Amino acid sequence: MSEMKKIKNLKEFSTSADRFEGANLLCPGCAHSIIVREVLNATNDDLVLSATTGCLEVCTAVYPYTSWDASWIHIGFENGSTAVAGAEAMYKALKNKGRLKQPDRNPKFVSFAGDGASYDIGFQWISGCMERGHNMMHVVLDNEVYANTGGQRSSSTPIGASATTSPAGRVSYGEKKNKKDMVSIMASHNIPYSAQVSPNKWKDMVKKIQHGMAVEGPVFINAVSPCTTEWKFDPKDTMMLADLATDSLVFPLYEIIDGHELNITYRPKNVVPVEEYLAAQGRFKHLFKDEYKHLIKEWQERVDANWSYLQRREEARV
Amino acid sequence: MAFDKMELKDIEVWDGNFAAAQALRQCQIDVVAAYPITPSTPIVEGYAKFLADNYIEGEFVMVESEHAAMSGCIGAAAAGGRVATATSSQGFALMVETLYQASGMRLPIVLNVVNRALAAPLNVNGDHSDMYLGRDSGWIQFDAFSPQGAYDLNFIAFRVCEDHGIRLPCMVHQDGFMTSHTAQGVETLSDDVAYNFVGDYKPMNDMLDFEHPVTHGVQTEEDWHFEHKARQHNDLMTKVFPKIEEVFADFEKLTGRKYNLVEEYDMKDADVAVVCMGTSVETAREVATEMRAKGIKAGVVGIRVIRPFPFMQIAQALKDIKAVATLDRSAPGGTVGMLFNEIAGSMYNLEKRPMLCGKIYGLGGRDLTKAHLVELYTELQANVDAGKITTPLQQFIGVRGPKLSFL
Repeated sequence: MSEMKKIKNLKEFSTSADRFEGANLLCPGCAHSIIVREVLNATNDDLVLSATTGCLEVCTAVYPYTSWDASWIHIGFENGSTAVAGAEAMYKALKNKGRLKQPDRNPKFVSFAGDGASYDIGFQWISGCMERGHNMMHVVLDNEVYANTGGQRSSSTPIGASATTSPAGRVSYGEKKNKKDMVSIMASHNIPYSAQVSPNKWKDMVKKIQHGMAVEGPVFINAVSPCTTEWKFDPKDTMMLADLATDSLVFPLYEIIDGHELNITYRPKNVVPVEEYLAAQGRFKHLFKDEYKHLIKEWQERVDANWSYLQRREEARV
Repeated sequence: MAFDKMELKDIEVWDGNFAAAQALRQCQIDVVAAYPITPSTPIVEGYAKFLADNYIEGEFVMVESEHAAMSGCIGAAAAGGRVATATSSQGFALMVETLYQASGMRLPIVLNVVNRALAAPLNVNGDHSDMYLGRDSGWIQFDAFSPQGAYDLNFIAFRVCEDHGIRLPCMVHQDGFMTSHTAQGVETLSDDVAYNFVGDYKPMNDMLDFEHPVTHGVQTEEDWHFEHKARQHNDLMTKVFPKIEEVFADFEKLTGRKYNLVEEYDMKDADVAVVCMGTSVETAREVATEMRAKGIKAGVVGIRVIRPFPFMQIAQALKDIKAVATLDRSAPGGTVGMLFNEIAGSMYNLEKRPMLCGKIYGLGGRDLTKAHLVELYTELQANVDAGKITTPLQQFIGVRGPKLSFL
């Protein structure tokens, strides 16, 4: 096991040697790049990375440029997890055969994918990777929409959000289905570690990423990624949105160890009403019309119920 | 080496699947990512069993679909090692997206395709529909006519596709059941001789070289996409044949078994010829010999390398022939068969063009009998005697009901 990188403070963390360069084409205020930097900066070990087709990929590897100062691969929309799994299998094979060029290294295998590429089109591939026990980490950059193609709903899009394929209109309040609970689904593969993270809680993030990289076996991380373009907020407010997401408990931060032992890792001192989270985003604007206000109440009830469920699970230690 | 070697007899009785599995063992594949599908399953089962019995050292990743199988192979190949898998039919169809990605990313993967029909209607038997589906995917495609071919061509495939001047993935085709499940005598190589022929894998742009990080699978739009595709095509058209011929020659030196881009049989003085692939080649050769006894100068052209397509070699083989029939084993979907098209294209600029007609046969595992071929050669000779094509350009052979012909 390689030595865990020691991180004292945010300044030191944010000025770590970057293996993900600032030179990329992501939107100003995009949380993807912040999350990726936080994940990569959590370790000094060598990296084998993948991205699926989507914002992160089209903005960071446009020939003849690359933003990646680490081994990186993109194949398609659905199979970034399996690309890394294949590389990990090759690593094991060459290690056993004594053919690694740098046998003393301890590389980490990480796939990044959006929620569309994880919750929808890449679901089966990720499930396969988790089930087979590859020593890898899959990180979802969860902005709850197909952002790269202009804002279509995914199965991560929450109720009431207006997306281009589930638009709010004269007789519709937008998306009708509840968001898929991917962390639970992935934990149900009995993987050693799954967790939800948010870029504003960087210490919590680093702790979880380091834990995930230290365990043997597949790890699933769901990272909330506020999307300035599709959530419709000012690019300067990305971190404020992340704060609202975690402090309203819409995105509670927790981890599940060995598929069952749940720990809540962040308890907001002052829980913010869900209404404030919704009000900060253009995609929920229509919910504040009189005829849809009941949905805001339902939102709060849903978030409360989920929080209480997480607390009961944590208490039960099962 | 930590694994055990296997003692083989000079001639083993193997079916095509086992022959391919043995070749993969002897090539010491580092990673196989695979998903089972009839009739190719025994190839990857074979690898798994060799692994379980310590006859190979590597990783077998049994994934959840053929798409994931090729995705895993791409990741493994980009990481830097020898990679192979096998599939058929629907699995091949599911893989198609990743086939283009593998070739566009210039990754030397060997895919054994045990040819089988495509649904609907669902059918597990052999025809060439899957092979045809891959023909624009930018892979090199070899066609084995027998278990011996399935064995030999795997070694040849690795030598060709892993060459740093080539770096293109490679398919080795064999006919479902007729080759894959029919045991025949296969002349073997010893483990050492086989491995030495293929050689150690030499990584290039490998993701596991952490001193030289690489970015695989980039985005290009109208600014660079065309150049990438053109370069890949240029390599297919100009570099692959010389390399294949060099490897064929080395293989002949080693084994005495000679392979050619185009396998000609009795073509030197032939008047009539059929062009075909797979197990039909052997049947056609047998009938051609019998036709000669009846006074019809018959020959056979077997296509060994389907992609890149040997246009010039075909034109050379057919230039003095009077009538040619192509045998396509895939539903042509509203046009002429692939071979008809390619052969017509290769002969079009010849000074004297043979008469050409196309036959569709064997779909979903329907037998092509010697009687069918006798009839075909007789028809070709009748056209020669009449000095013109007297039959429709496209006919279905061996299908029930009234005679089916078009054009």
